[in-house]
Amino acid sequence: MKFPYSDIVLEHFRHPRNVGKIENPDGKATEGSPACGDMVSVYIKVDPKKNTLEDVKFESYGCASNIATGSIITELAKGKTLDAAKNITWQEASEALGGLPKIKAHCSVLAVEGLRSAIQNYEERHGLVKEKKPTTEEVVRQRLRRVINPLTGLNVVRTNLVKDIKVKDGTVSVLVDLPQDHQFANNVRDEVRERIETLWDIREVVVEFTE
Amino acid sequence: MKTADKIIYLDNAAATRLDERVLEAMRPYLFDTYAVATSEFGYSQGIEAREALDEARTALANALGAAPEEFIFTSGSTESSNIALKGVALALGKQKGKHIIVSKIEDFPVLHSAQALEKQGFRVTYLEVDGEGFVNIDQLRDSITNETVLVSIQHANQEIGTIQDIEAIGCICREKEVLFHTDATHTFKRVPLDVKKTAVDLVTVSAHTIHGPKGTGGLYVRQGTQIAKWMDGGFQEFNLRAGLENIPGAVGFAKAVQLVTTEEIGRFQDMRDRLIDGMLAEIPHSTLNGPRHKRLPQNANITFHFVEGESITLHLDMRGFAVSTGSACFSRSLEASHVISGIGGDHERAHGSIRFTFGRYNTMDDVDAVVQALAEIVEELRSISPLGKSEEKEED
Repeated sequence: MKFPYSDIVLEHFRHPRNVGKIENPDGKATEGSPACGDMVSVYIKVDPKKNTLEDVKFESYGCASNIATGSIITELAKGKTLDAAKNITWQEASEALGGLPKIKAHCSVLAVEGLRSAIQNYEERHGLVKEKKPTTEEVVRQRLRRVINPLTGLNVVRTNLVKDIKVKDGTVSVLVDLPQDHQFANNVRDEVRERIETLWDIREVVVEFTE
Repeated sequence: MKTADKIIYLDNAAATRLDERVLEAMRPYLFDTYAVATSEFGYSQGIEAREALDEARTALANALGAAPEEFIFTSGSTESSNIALKGVALALGKQKGKHIIVSKIEDFPVLHSAQALEKQGFRVTYLEVDGEGFVNIDQLRDSITNETVLVSIQHANQEIGTIQDIEAIGCICREKEVLFHTDATHTFKRVPLDVKKTAVDLVTVSAHTIHGPKGTGGLYVRQGTQIAKWMDGGFQEFNLRAGLENIPGAVGFAKAVQLVTTEEIGRFQDMRDRLIDGMLAEIPHSTLNGPRHKRLPQNANITFHFVEGESITLHLDMRGFAVSTGSACFSRSLEASHVISGIGGDHERAHGSIRFTFGRYNTMDDVDAVVQALAEIVEELRSISPLGKSEEKEED
């Protein structure tokens, strides 16, 4: 039989590790939503003395790569310091899984984001974050580094898919270098919107295409 | 990795296993009578090839209640629907008008041909459908204008199996003097269609859904229909479709048509009903997509809420079952099914939708096995899903 994933991915998919909720977690986060596709929730328990992750659990409503990445990320993160855990990248998770298909990056990156957001949630709750900054083009650009170009499996900023960013009066305009009727145009538009519209001072996100 | 010992294939709407008897019928035209179909003044092998092609054409035309001159062979339903939409647009666009009407849940050959015509200045009306996928007949009647050159509405839907009332649609088109094309890819030899009784001018059919060879399809073109040739080459297929005739394909297609029996269709229907009843009874929070009646006999489509379709298909694959899903994660464009959203379903409904389609080699045991497997898989996936748990409590 010929399956679309590596043996390690299939193993984690069939027997995901650290599944479930943590009662009274120190931090939790949900990335994605059922409306836009996959979704993953991450729960963490922090050892405040060592500043490390004592326990990490996840739940997934998603495809095989989403489930497998959730599983591997909990294994990679457990016992790490908060800063080290925040720096785990999608590439590292993918490598640990024996490689993920590029086109699946957008589903599997959610678990990586989920872990970061859960840690951020812990830090916010414990007054460890700085105050809100106004959104600038650079902030948008940083956020868009989390949107994956399905053509390459790399982010849309690095692959020059984002041609222009404008921020004005609570509206962000992003110009994407794809024809409007491209196979992945709708997908990219939705992912860009999703990343930007949660910024505290942004009311509207406009995604335009070059053709 | 442990693998399944037996494959239970339930994706017959996508492709079917070739019937050995079809292959036997094709064999002589691959190895013995492989010549090009010549005119009646050609050489022996070419004349024999011509006769085989004519015979196959007659069989296909008969199956639709048409005359042989009204049926052309193509490379499949994609090409047939392209010829229908673009051919009519090219023939009538300048003289009559630039408006066509399709339903919003058409399969891609029709939908994307319509979009391609839009780029060339045509106006396209995408008809709404109701919650079960039926087009709004009143909206159709109201949408037809003096500039409308073609209405293209599928006979049945590829995903949710809805059978449209093409008799009524044909009557409206005839009355308003507009050409009517229907994509019958999934109804051909499954649901009756006779062009003598139904006012349809163009019909797309394909061999790949009825255990015939891939790469072979056809288009019924009612005598006198104004349609332009747009793929240029030789004068084959009544000068409508250029290219060396695929005689083994045509012969195989005719054989595949001959092998379908009404008993077989009844068997599909029994399997479909048992599967739908079984799934809805065994698996909580499952919803049938499409109608219960006026549905393709070989199609079932069910959404299992709170779980994602690609995960389901992979689990099923590891147990030896082949099915398809409307989930974005499964599609080449990363977009969820336009059919499920067309019937008003949200993304989540498409995400957890699974299509089961039956063919000649399926049995009732297959149905029971897939119901059993699904019950286990869905329970397992729900146990790791963040969704559905609180909702369940609220409902109780």
